[in-house]
Amino acid sequence: MKQERPKKFGMVIDLDKCTGCGACLVACMSENNVPFKPDESDKLTSITWMRVYQLNNGKPYPETDICYLPRPCQHCEGDHGHSPCVSVCPATATDYGMETGIVSQIYTRCFGCRYCMAACPYHARYFNWWDPVWPDGMEKYLNPSVSVRMRGVVEKCSFCYHRYQTAKDKAIYQFAEGERDSTDLEEDEYQTACTQACPAGAIIFGDLNNPSHRVHQIAQPDEKHAGRPKNPKAFRLLERLGTNPKVYYLSSRDWVRRAGDNYLEGEGKLKRH
Amino acid sequence: MKVGRRSFLSFIIGGAAGTALSPLPWKLTDDLSIWTQMWPWTPVPKDGAVSYAGSTCTLCPAGCGINVRMVDRRAVKIEGMEGHPINDGGICILGLSGLQLLYGPTRVKSPMKRAGNRGSGRWVSISWEEALEEVAGKLTEIRAQGRPEALAVFSGKRRGTVPALLSRFMTAFGSPNFVTAASTQDSYELALHRMQGVQAAAGLDLANTDFLLSFGSGILDGWGSPVRMFKAHSALKDGGGKLVQIEPRLSNTAAKADQWISIQPGTEAALAFGLAHVIILEKRYRTQFVSEYGGEFEEFRQMVMADYTPDKVAKITGIDPKTIVTLAREFSRSSAPLAVCGKGGGDTPGSMNEFFAVHALNALVGGINRPGGIWAVPEPGDFGWPDPEMDETAARGMQQDRLDGAGAPPYVATAALPNRFFEAVAGGKGYPLDALFVVESNPCFTEPDPETVKAAFSKIPFVVSFSSFMDETAQNADLILPNHVYLERYEDVPNPAGFNRPFVGLVQPVVDPQFNTRNVGDAVIALAQGVGDPVASAFGWDGYEACLEEAYPDQWDSLTSEGYWMAEDFDPAPWPEAFETASGKFEFVPEGLQRGYVPAEIAGEKGGFPLVLTPYDTMRISSGYVGNPPFMTKTVPAEVLKGKELLVELNPQTADQLGFSEGGRAVLTTPTGAANVRVHLYDGIMPGLVAMARGLGHTAYDKYLADKGTNVNRLIGPTADPVSGLNAAWGIRAKLTRA
Repeated sequence: MKQERPKKFGMVIDLDKCTGCGACLVACMSENNVPFKPDESDKLTSITWMRVYQLNNGKPYPETDICYLPRPCQHCEGDHGHSPCVSVCPATATDYGMETGIVSQIYTRCFGCRYCMAACPYHARYFNWWDPVWPDGMEKYLNPSVSVRMRGVVEKCSFCYHRYQTAKDKAIYQFAEGERDSTDLEEDEYQTACTQACPAGAIIFGDLNNPSHRVHQIAQPDEKHAGRPKNPKAFRLLERLGTNPKVYYLSSRDWVRRAGDNYLEGEGKLKRH
Repeated sequence: MKVGRRSFLSFIIGGAAGTALSPLPWKLTDDLSIWTQMWPWTPVPKDGAVSYAGSTCTLCPAGCGINVRMVDRRAVKIEGMEGHPINDGGICILGLSGLQLLYGPTRVKSPMKRAGNRGSGRWVSISWEEALEEVAGKLTEIRAQGRPEALAVFSGKRRGTVPALLSRFMTAFGSPNFVTAASTQDSYELALHRMQGVQAAAGLDLANTDFLLSFGSGILDGWGSPVRMFKAHSALKDGGGKLVQIEPRLSNTAAKADQWISIQPGTEAALAFGLAHVIILEKRYRTQFVSEYGGEFEEFRQMVMADYTPDKVAKITGIDPKTIVTLAREFSRSSAPLAVCGKGGGDTPGSMNEFFAVHALNALVGGINRPGGIWAVPEPGDFGWPDPEMDETAARGMQQDRLDGAGAPPYVATAALPNRFFEAVAGGKGYPLDALFVVESNPCFTEPDPETVKAAFSKIPFVVSFSSFMDETAQNADLILPNHVYLERYEDVPNPAGFNRPFVGLVQPVVDPQFNTRNVGDAVIALAQGVGDPVASAFGWDGYEACLEEAYPDQWDSLTSEGYWMAEDFDPAPWPEAFETASGKFEFVPEGLQRGYVPAEIAGEKGGFPLVLTPYDTMRISSGYVGNPPFMTKTVPAEVLKGKELLVELNPQTADQLGFSEGGRAVLTTPTGAANVRVHLYDGIMPGLVAMARGLGHTAYDKYLADKGTNVNRLIGPTADPVSGLNAAWGIRAKLTRA
């Protein structure tokens, strides 16, 4: 078997299509055994690997405009895998996967120091302040592909890595049985739960390194400039921090693209990347 | 004893050494590490063989296909069915949360009989035999007294075999009081009936529309078939089409629309006439349709030309005249424009004046039964069942007037009037009821002014709920005969909301029943047999499954293999055959539109109530029969629900006048009720309006839902539409005072 070229799984989220309905949140919670508490209105302690923020243009009625922005883990590559959280983890509980570009989280290694949460500029990481409790009977729906987390550890979006493993296992089996030519996955063989569920089709997922994948075609990442999108409609969150994230956003509205980074008030028009 | 320095130190050191040698510090350290990583009590989900089971979702009228991922006999995830004509792989937030309903703590686990006072929450579990015997005994008693009309059924659905069985039961038993919940679908049907003379559902050919004009319909907030609407919106975006949203609040739909036009609420019909004015003035209408199939067009033309100039309409609606003209031009210039109405999620039937006006707009541009327009989709038949045999008692009972007044003047064409039903019973109008069945609905929460519903309940000595969940209505019942949850049962979902082809989705069990529950269909058949002939003879089936299969003889193969049946080659009737009105033409001015625009009135006086309260719908809160599952409540923003307190939206300018700041506590009072709320300042709402999310404020269910926020239905009573008699309340006058 020849050595496969490294993958770089990433996402493009079309904010013109995203309606803020919240299906991605629940698809994620349901797929990844994310627990819930009687009161989830304190969003600081509410675990949502995928979270949908509401942005607004700050203008009074009737010029007001709002836009929803779903935020999974951005799976930052930083500079050669030095993503903000990976760099600070003293337990190697989180690591950058050079083969996939996915930032992992190993719950049994994590001892809850929460340095990674402090380091993450996207608030994508969550701490389990309590043990998860499912009402009697509800643990029946728990997904065996994803381990249930315990009190005292940090968790976050994994780009549904277990789905990658399942797809890969299947491909290896089929290859061994002579049913396919290679163990390389097709674009639709590995998709995250949120991508699959989105009723508006606003989320696209795939390999940013693969020119035949839609994420590559839409985002047009510029490898010479740390993956910056060449598509003028596309932007990444806090681009100027140099985190080199793998989640790209599309918007036709100027104010939305501008809301993606902390521009100074007088900083002029948003520069095209 | 004197404690010297030496003895003090030796005590301390000795104590420390002793403690170190004892197990205590190690035990504490161990406990600490357990505290941080105590794993044994977190569940480890059992692994097993993975498979997928297909079915149809019933949690709303959309009829989406679902694929349930199974691990052995456990259902672990619900996903949208790829290639399904309605949702093609997509799924909404409620559909995704379905397993929390199946395995949730609020299921009614067996038939229950009330043990204390009504609503006291004291129940005893009884067997199905006892439960059915008790109900059948009560029914036999009612018939023996010769007043079968004293039985009423309130059903959340009107279409499909289960409502048909209930309706058949009522006919054979002898009661006309089969009442069904109403929505905008009913208003659309009535509009098609009055203007086109057909009995049909309104289907939207969204795939071919390039300009969607929404008069406040929450296209992206749960209106119609939500996933289908979401997909249609994304397709519009991809194809360069346009969505224009007319609404006084920047809803998610308005935010996503290409243009948001704010309007004085309740004046939508006037805007439709204003647009018609411009289209007729500039001769932008479909001449062939209007000249050949336009009934009373001249009358319509004179009306809109005289009274609905852009300037006049601007005064009514608050929209700039130039905007009206531009909108009319853009709408009529598109190759396939489509106008829709029915506010928010579509749970309130709404004003017929508005439906007529908007439907006339579609007719003007030739959108009736045309690609990209609105289609008349025939209702499914009566399943070919022979008419039930009625004895003298039944025949006499069926001749009684319905308590809700539906089907009789002035509401001849309306199938059922839920709002008037509860008013009539609560007010003691007509004859008294002895028994009420409540099926797949929760009127004590979802109907406007649930206090009236509860008052009606107090006048009915025997209330039977068939709910799967311990909801507000089940809590107020005398007996609960729990239905299977949709993932445990068979059922049909005919004509999903707004779909433009004859269609039936099949609900199939994906898991074994988790508790001692029964399909309502089976319960009804068993009850009929318990009552005996002649009622029993109308229910010759062995059980509900046999009945369902028999109801779809030609479609059954497709239903079981595909999960649905669709009339692939269906084309709507072409214009020459489309209109079954007396004139054979499209009636531009049906009864109810002669006076032109009639403001959709709401209750309350401006003096005492300077503000207007409007409910709003969001995908993240289920406001119907099914209460919000925990996952969905988790997604509700802190600007809507904080702890147990609900926040209402208020324009900062209005808040400033009233002296409110963000998060301020207030009492919201309307002519119907009052509630404690908090204020959220939102720039996207018209000054003078107060907006409140619909679907919170449950008193039943579990700690994940109960006592959170306020039920907006408690603050807004129904107003009967003069044409349909259905609830047309889009809001109510209100005031906010500091708490």
